Amino acid sequence: MPKVVFHHHGDTSTVVEADAGSNVMRAAVQNGVAGIVGECGGQAMCATCHVYVRESHLGALPPISEDEEEMLDCTAAPRDDRRSRLGCQLTLGEGLEEVEVDVPGAQL
Amino acid sequence: MCPAPSSDGHARAGHIGARVVVVGAGHAGVQVADALRTHGHRGCLTIVGDEPVLPYQRPPLSKEHLAPAEGVAALPLRAERHFAEHRITLLTGVTVTALDRRARTVALSDGGDVPYDALVLATGAVNRALTVPGADLTGIHALRTLSDADTLRTALLEAGSVLVVGAGFIGLEFAAAARRHAARVTVLEAAERPLARAVSAETASYLADAHRDAGTDLRCGEAVARFVGDNGRVRGAIGTTGAEYEADLVLVGIGVEPRVELALRAGLDVADGIVVDEHLRTADPAIYAVGDCANHPNSHAGARLRLESVQNASGQARHVASVILGARREYAELPWFWSHQGELRLQIAGVRLPGDDSVVLGDPATGRFSVCCLRGGRLVAVESVNRPADHMAARRLLAAGPVPAPENPHDPAFSLKRFAQELVPAP
Repeated sequence: MPKVVFHHHGDTSTVVEADAGSNVMRAAVQNGVAGIVGECGGQAMCATCHVYVRESHLGALPPISEDEEEMLDCTAAPRDDRRSRLGCQLTLGEGLEEVEVDVPGAQL
Repeated sequence: MCPAPSSDGHARAGHIGARVVVVGAGHAGVQVADALRTHGHRGCLTIVGDEPVLPYQRPPLSKEHLAPAEGVAALPLRAERHFAEHRITLLTGVTVTALDRRARTVALSDGGDVPYDALVLATGAVNRALTVPGADLTGIHALRTLSDADTLRTALLEAGSVLVVGAGFIGLEFAAAARRHAARVTVLEAAERPLARAVSAETASYLADAHRDAGTDLRCGEAVARFVGDNGRVRGAIGTTGAEYEADLVLVGIGVEPRVELALRAGLDVADGIVVDEHLRTADPAIYAVGDCANHPNSHAGARLRLESVQNASGQARHVASVILGARREYAELPWFWSHQGELRLQIAGVRLPGDDSVVLGDPATGRFSVCCLRGGRLVAVESVNRPADHMAARRLLAAGPVPAPENPHDPAFSLKRFAQELVPAP
């Protein structure tokens, strides 16, 4: 089963398993992971599922769509040019069996 | 039980110990409770939801939830344990049957009474019913709840011909989803164009063409006169023009009515929704209304509005929580909206009103363009089709205050993003 590790400010983390085909935002919301909102339901419309992907997983990520690119300019916490992604656009499963992300300090 | 937090039995709004009851467990209701807790509210907090399930996200229901691939589970608004962790009493499958403003209590369908110091009505809306002969035949559906969406997805797997009544957002999103099931799809719209009240003529015309190009038989100026069926099951419809349509599945999407019964019976003002002021408060200082059911003075439109959107539900919910905790600001969030119809991504920032002028940015023939809506020398709204950069620029611009109409929007080099950057430099 695909796995997501959410690292929170201050050295705590949450490990969540998810179905293949799910995504980082859904995995967080379904499991009540603090700091991920997902207000638009995964439509790349609200930028409230912003995560910083850890370096070692960057190579496995799907490319950034134009919608995601624009939304990433509007995140509540500062954008990191390399690591910022929207969790709803990170589909789990094939190619992305495991991913570790840092949860930003703010989403709204 | 919830003890009264102050000696006179009623905590004042503005008290972090106030007892708050939220009627409705949609986006608005759940967000009210969340925002209260986030900002330090410690009093009893009850959400009463009439659906028998954990609160869930509605936007996907008319989109990917209907996809032919093995059904995706509904996305909850919050995980179940979130409510307990934040000491939010979530009642599901329970309705509020009466509201006693003098005693400040609500009566529940399960027999209980819950006292409140602040009551938030987040009752949402119900689908408008089509009252023509045959409307009660099996196979005629509406789409609002998760249960509706599950039923429709199953029905789509078998459907050969689908008839959609109403070319609003729900009707067009459903038509796009139905096409993915390889069904023949016909959409009937009583007005002369789709989304007549919601978008500019330019955007409406593009959307109509795009749906037709994708294979939908979209007919404007046509409504259903009656449905016809066999053995209680729908077989088709006769239009008001006399034309006949075959259908083994019908979706009626002709708009909604705000749920105002509770407010009406309690003697609160109702006029296309529950009437609230700029603080989202009704004439009763202990009662508020937010989301689809709330008719509020909207500073961006310069008019009273009732908006049906996630942004409006969430924004008003956060605002009302701050008011309950003592804030005095007026609600002023910029309305924005989106609709995904197959490959089409429509995004709207601001409020367009009938009579606004339009300027098209880009060439609709490329499938990517925006429409600037202008009123009295100001830019008031932007509709974007597959141009997310324009949408985000418009949201930033319009949220910052009145925006003068751009001087040279017809110049092919004009960029809304640059225009926004000049007027409202990014932080």
